[in-house]
Amino acid sequence: MGSPAADEDLPQVLLIRNPPAFTIDGEEQFTSAKFRFLKAFESTLPPHDFLAARAQSVRAMLASGGAVVDASVLQFLPELRLIVTTTAGLNQLDLPECRRRGIRIANAGDVYSADVADCAVGLLIDVLRKISACNRYVKQGFWASKGDYPLGSKLRGKRIGIVGLGRIGYQVAKRLEAFGCSIAYNSRKAKPGVSYPFYQEVQELAAKSDALILCCGLTEQTRHMINKEVLAALGKDGVIVNIARGGVIDEKEMVRCLMEGEIAGAGLDVFENEPDAPKELMELDNVVMSPHCAVFTRESLLDVARLVVGNLEAFFSNEPLLSEYEDD
Amino acid sequence: MESISVLMTCPPVHPYLVEALEKRFTLHKLDSVPDKPQFLSSHRDSIRAVVGNAAAGADAELIDQLPKLEIVSSYSVGLDKIDLAKCKEKGIRVTNTPDVLTDDVADLALGLMLAVLRRLCESDRYVRSGLWKKGDYKLTTKFSGKTVGIIGLGRIGMAIAQRAEAFSCPISYFSRSQKPGINYKYHPSVVDLAANCDILVVACALTPETRHIINREVIDALGPKGVLINIGRGPHVDEAELVSALVEGRLGGAGLDVFQDEPNVPEELFKLENVVLLPHVGSGTVETRQAMADLVVGNLEAHFLNKPLLTPVV
Repeated sequence: MGSPAADEDLPQVLLIRNPPAFTIDGEEQFTSAKFRFLKAFESTLPPHDFLAARAQSVRAMLASGGAVVDASVLQFLPELRLIVTTTAGLNQLDLPECRRRGIRIANAGDVYSADVADCAVGLLIDVLRKISACNRYVKQGFWASKGDYPLGSKLRGKRIGIVGLGRIGYQVAKRLEAFGCSIAYNSRKAKPGVSYPFYQEVQELAAKSDALILCCGLTEQTRHMINKEVLAALGKDGVIVNIARGGVIDEKEMVRCLMEGEIAGAGLDVFENEPDAPKELMELDNVVMSPHCAVFTRESLLDVARLVVGNLEAFFSNEPLLSEYEDD
Repeated sequence: MESISVLMTCPPVHPYLVEALEKRFTLHKLDSVPDKPQFLSSHRDSIRAVVGNAAAGADAELIDQLPKLEIVSSYSVGLDKIDLAKCKEKGIRVTNTPDVLTDDVADLALGLMLAVLRRLCESDRYVRSGLWKKGDYKLTTKFSGKTVGIIGLGRIGMAIAQRAEAFSCPISYFSRSQKPGINYKYHPSVVDLAANCDILVVACALTPETRHIINREVIDALGPKGVLINIGRGPHVDEAELVSALVEGRLGGAGLDVFQDEPNVPEELFKLENVVLLPHVGSGTVETRQAMADLVVGNLEAHFLNKPLLTPVV
């Protein structure tokens, strides 16, 4: 970085909270010679007081998943023209409010898509082939004392219903095709140029699927979209995998279905009340859980840091953003 | 055919198979016989078929004790428990269960790769133990794009390659000879392959030549960031060397479905978070085990009806 005098000329980027992996292995990942951070979380002032005092002329902001950006925050940022997120999902932003104020958004683009798709496929294979359950079984010494573990279920020929065929959903589809699965999907509208069968209604997709994989964003429309009717349509041999957001599923209903054997299993990276996962699931062998870590590989975090810096540098140089988010 | 005596040399743990055999033949289960030498001696003139699996088949000693043996039908694709040379010599037919289990074994190989690199089993444990309330789980390693090295590019090896390609994984391989028309990178030795891949998968048949094909030298070449996946046979790996490499951190991780002395698994591996252990479930789905059983029974029926065998090896 430059000398203190030169630094003061650099444009500021507001940072309300420390993003995950701001440092990896001790090294700061978001450094640039073209901007400096205004770190609200390092101040002793309460957040809104800090913003009122120090953020009047800030034009750009870096928001991670935990940083809610709504009208109550934006009122202190009259000059804000860009929000860069470290996330692919944007449910922490009040998008209509940002649009109203002419604020552009750049998100994590495709950086995480492979990792999240890998996690979805890994969870599905784990549930169908009982990998975590078998690993637990062997590591407790039960193979020698109790015999073979119950059989799993084959992947080839399984009908996969992808809920939300965005970047992540598409990558999930491509992977599962290689395992001989057939793909169908539900999305806000049918995607041109996509040959997979499209279902306007999630319930109909569920009725025709052996496994539902949730890859959609969390919005007003998708909250609790996977409800009692959808789970009933999925049925007692059906599996659900969620790498989207906990709020897309009516979690209480899903837990009840799992406890009563009304669906066959679940692979879940996200929950309604993280970091609390429903305690009823802790005893079930047909459920595989992970602590919202589908994006948390070293490689992805290094890639997202590079992308964030690239977006901010482009903004301050009046160049096109690398991963501008457009509503469709 | 009910009077034909069939000897099952493996433990009778597959109910569908046992029922199907009992319906058609007189089935003897060697596992439940208290005095095996006495049993073999008193049944030497009646047993005309043996059904085995990955755990037990028909070795030279058994074949010598069954002079009326005509066919060995294995509930597996692996033939390492059958003395093929002796069968050939005596005109005994041998069948196995190829193709029907290729998908399941390949699926499991990929499942193990994802489970090890992304720590799926460990992060499930993290949630169940309540540790998530204390903080996030640590960073894991991306799978997509990693180089996958396959030992043995047969049916199962090719199926693994084809799946890994969907994750943008470059594929390289070692085989007895380079395969024409294959776009994957060939390495002339296993050590060379191990030195140049991130994930090494054992997918070849177990023969005297491939026993301990994963030895200290290969493990060293694979290294502290490398991961070994074994969906072949336990004896493919020098298990003692593998255990010490994992315990000492000289190997990055392992996903193992098979072991030297199943169902016994080295306990030193139980506490390692970079190791996933499975109880030989490569073909372990309801659908596939049924298809395998149908092949075993179908081969026996074909033989005794003088029809062409479905999946003959010898």
